[in-house]
Amino acid sequence: MIRLEGVARRFGSLTVLDGVDLEVRTGRTVAVLGRSGSGKSVLLKHVAGLLSPDAGRVLVGDFEISSARRPAVENARREMGYVFQFAALFDSLTIGENVGLPLRRAGVAPGETEDRVAAVLETVGLAGLETKYPSELSGGMRKRAGIARAVVARPRYLLYDEPTTGLDPVTTAVIDDLVIRLKDELQATSIVVTHDIRSAFRVADRVALLASGRMRAEGSPDEFRSSEDPLVRAFVEGRQDLWPDDAG
Amino acid sequence: MRIFAILAWTGRAAADIVAFVGRAGGFAGQVASAVANVRTWVPLTAVQVRRIGIDSVPVALFIAVFTGIVLALQASYTFTGLVPMYFVGVLVTKSVMLELGPVLTGLVLSGRVGANIAAEIGTMRVTEQIDALEMLAWDPAAYLVVPRVIAGILTFPVVTAFALLAGIGSGWLTSVNLLDLSTQEFVRGVRMFYQPFDLTYPLIKAASFGLVVTAVGSLYGFFASRGAEGVGIAATRAVVTGAMLILLLDAFWAVVLL
Repeated sequence: MIRLEGVARRFGSLTVLDGVDLEVRTGRTVAVLGRSGSGKSVLLKHVAGLLSPDAGRVLVGDFEISSARRPAVENARREMGYVFQFAALFDSLTIGENVGLPLRRAGVAPGETEDRVAAVLETVGLAGLETKYPSELSGGMRKRAGIARAVVARPRYLLYDEPTTGLDPVTTAVIDDLVIRLKDELQATSIVVTHDIRSAFRVADRVALLASGRMRAEGSPDEFRSSEDPLVRAFVEGRQDLWPDDAG
Repeated sequence: MRIFAILAWTGRAAADIVAFVGRAGGFAGQVASAVANVRTWVPLTAVQVRRIGIDSVPVALFIAVFTGIVLALQASYTFTGLVPMYFVGVLVTKSVMLELGPVLTGLVLSGRVGANIAAEIGTMRVTEQIDALEMLAWDPAAYLVVPRVIAGILTFPVVTAFALLAGIGSGWLTSVNLLDLSTQEFVRGVRMFYQPFDLTYPLIKAASFGLVVTAVGSLYGFFASRGAEGVGIAATRAVVTGAMLILLLDAFWAVVLL
């Protein structure tokens, strides 16, 4: 279970999160929707302990990550996989070395690491590309390599930051299928931050809309589709005229 | 109205400075505690020793050689008819060892090493690679900063020692070939006021320059933001701040040690 309770965060004079509440049940996937700059990635970084809230708390399982000290946070992160918006692969390492990093960190033997890296690369459709460098791959392939790195240690919690942004529709469908497959295989508790509404409806059990620093709506994909909330309608139908100027 | 604008600007600038000092203090604490994480930074330090130290030797030698040549010629020009010519050896040696060798080497490396570190770490920051390190339970300070700072402290004195040799050597060659000075006369000048501390002093300075150049480059890179523009700003600030701190430290060591 992942739970955010009244999480608030300001950067200078800008309030990005203003009392966010969210719960993701064990083994479920919640997609957090919101416009660009609405604070979705900031929210995800709070769950990962990369940012600390000014107010409120974040629980990952029973562990309150928002107020924990560094060593405890590092331990908690061993149970997490984080897919970064632009993959965040290390330029100086090969794809195999990048994907194998979590295993190396966990002290897994080199031979086993090699086998597990090969297996996870096959799962994400990058078999045999261990010796390539990130700069030699396309954007979609880098994203898949980023996903491989996030899941190779079989984490209990998966955090996806805009996994399909900037990808063509076919590659987007490939990534969506991958997210669904990994959810089934790992039984991980996942948050997918995105503004791609079709993607969100495909991969998530529940969908939440972040606007003006708060969760403005939450429900199943079907509830979202049939919602009468003007903000939800504006987002689902992509209509700027329904989106209030002050809604963030 | 103008006075209020000036007051507001001053207040914002003061707040920015306080925020920066706070951030730098927090960063220093993070790096200091990361030193204990020996298993992370030791294997990565050898690479940095090569990049920061060995790769910097050619540019340091280039600067030192021309400094030695110019010092010998200027000394000869100044001393003509008034001071014995073997004082060319005194001036070249003392100037290169006590001041120009370590300071010019430090300034050049501030540009080469400081900018490189700020740009590299800054790029990792804006592309979320530092966040990725954290998510992989690696301490970014131990992984990125400590190896560079240790390498800077260790290699700046070595590079400076090569620069001292090159500067004095080029001064000697210039004296012998262009100033009608014999090797014996030049060496007499070199030995005249030499003290063992003349060698220790530049190496102490160089180690402190290595510390500030690598630490400042890492600091600005670590807090880079706003994409390519932010990385460029970080690199520029690293060079300017590094150069200023080198000159401040130079004065500090002169007051404390001489």
